[in-house]
Amino acid sequence: MRKSWWKILTVVLLIYTFTAGLLVKIPNLPLLGQTSRNLFFHVGMWAAMMTLFTVSVVNAIRYLRTFDLKYDIYARQYVTSGIVFGILGYSTGTIWMSYTWADPNNPLFKSFSAVAREPKLIGTAIALLIYFAYLVLRDSINDMDKRARISSVYNIFAYALLFPTIWIVPRLLPSLHPGQEANPALNFKDVSPEMRWVELPAFIAWSLLGVWITTLKIRLNILKERKLSQ
Amino acid sequence: MKISRSRTSVFRTSYISTKSYFRAKPVFIASVRHIITLFKKDLLLEVRQQYSFYGILLYIGATIFVLYMAIEEPENNVWNGLFWVIQLFICINAVAKSFLQESKGRMLYFYSVASPADFVLSKLLFNSLLMLVMSLLSLLLFTLFLGNPVQKAGQFIGLVLLGGWSLSLVFTFLAAIAAKAQQNAAIMAVLGFPLIIPQLLLLMKLSNAAFNPVLTIPATTIWLLIALDSMIIMLAVILFPFLWKD
Repeated sequence: MRKSWWKILTVVLLIYTFTAGLLVKIPNLPLLGQTSRNLFFHVGMWAAMMTLFTVSVVNAIRYLRTFDLKYDIYARQYVTSGIVFGILGYSTGTIWMSYTWADPNNPLFKSFSAVAREPKLIGTAIALLIYFAYLVLRDSINDMDKRARISSVYNIFAYALLFPTIWIVPRLLPSLHPGQEANPALNFKDVSPEMRWVELPAFIAWSLLGVWITTLKIRLNILKERKLSQ
Repeated sequence: MKISRSRTSVFRTSYISTKSYFRAKPVFIASVRHIITLFKKDLLLEVRQQYSFYGILLYIGATIFVLYMAIEEPENNVWNGLFWVIQLFICINAVAKSFLQESKGRMLYFYSVASPADFVLSKLLFNSLLMLVMSLLSLLLFTLFLGNPVQKAGQFIGLVLLGGWSLSLVFTFLAAIAAKAQQNAAIMAVLGFPLIIPQLLLLMKLSNAAFNPVLTIPATTIWLLIALDSMIIMLAVILFPFLWKD
């Protein structure tokens, strides 16, 4: 049972998210209606993505402090899981959007270019592009130590420039997205108190799930490295 | 022959300044001296090997001429978008060589005479200056060929200088990463474009205000850009030591 309490917590919280998320009473807003329930799943993906990218940067810093290659593997794996959650966030957002924002007279494909200009989407698109570039950079270098060092440096640099994007740019551009004055779904005005009781556990649950998946991948990769070095 | 002479003279000057470092001068003054010496060396190389400078000038001229052929009299927002995208490409071309031109042996020499912070600061300084000159030139050519939609000329020139500076800072650091990864300038574009989008968005928004006589340029956004730039300089100073050790 060593260190397994948080895995149990993840499962319990995810079951709670799915049952309460589909049953909780939701304010019937115009246009959104019952689709607001997607909040627990769509925004949860972003929460997990940001958590995973943050953990990756912490591991990049740890690598530069200790030069232990283990931390480089951590950083790399957290990035790939973060990208998966980012893509999932994009797709849940697209489904939600196609029922609420997209022009009903136009097919979704045609209205995409108008909707993708959305500042919150720009922020996450930039995040995904940055981390794809990280993967390209990292895999283009053959020497192991050099690869770890250079990709850690880029990871830290990119993360430090990504945060201003996500927190500042949405406030400067016009947007359709709910929560215009601040970061969406985090201020108390546009979410009812009942929803808040599901929302926060949902965020924690998705983030923990991401970390859990990544720890498994890290273990697999460390085993592979060991097998290669033997 | 000419080049080899320039190298020795450069090395002698930096050697003298290193000696002064050991004469128990305040560290700050010593590092300022190092930065100035390294900056002078870059300037000297640029003056002696003028082909690269003229190469970038030709690049600016040729791109803007192609645009002139493609579109005549673009609208304000098209002009704005094209101008900043061209700035981005000029910056990549101007800055890319700054680290790629240093051979491995020369880097080893710098490693023994200067600190990494001094080295990267001198590069940032030199590339900022280069990019400021290039931005002004491209602005001149843009207004010559594609018309002048700018209503507040002074403010817009200020914005162009600020934008050129921001671009040069980000891409100088990325050039260091690309040079260490032994990659060409193409990877710089891949690494840099997503990073530069927020600053470009801010700059385009501000320049739209400069095109419109009614709108005023918000001071907070300019402070935000300056804050971002100083953050990039700090990150470069902190992170560069990890890059240059081989």
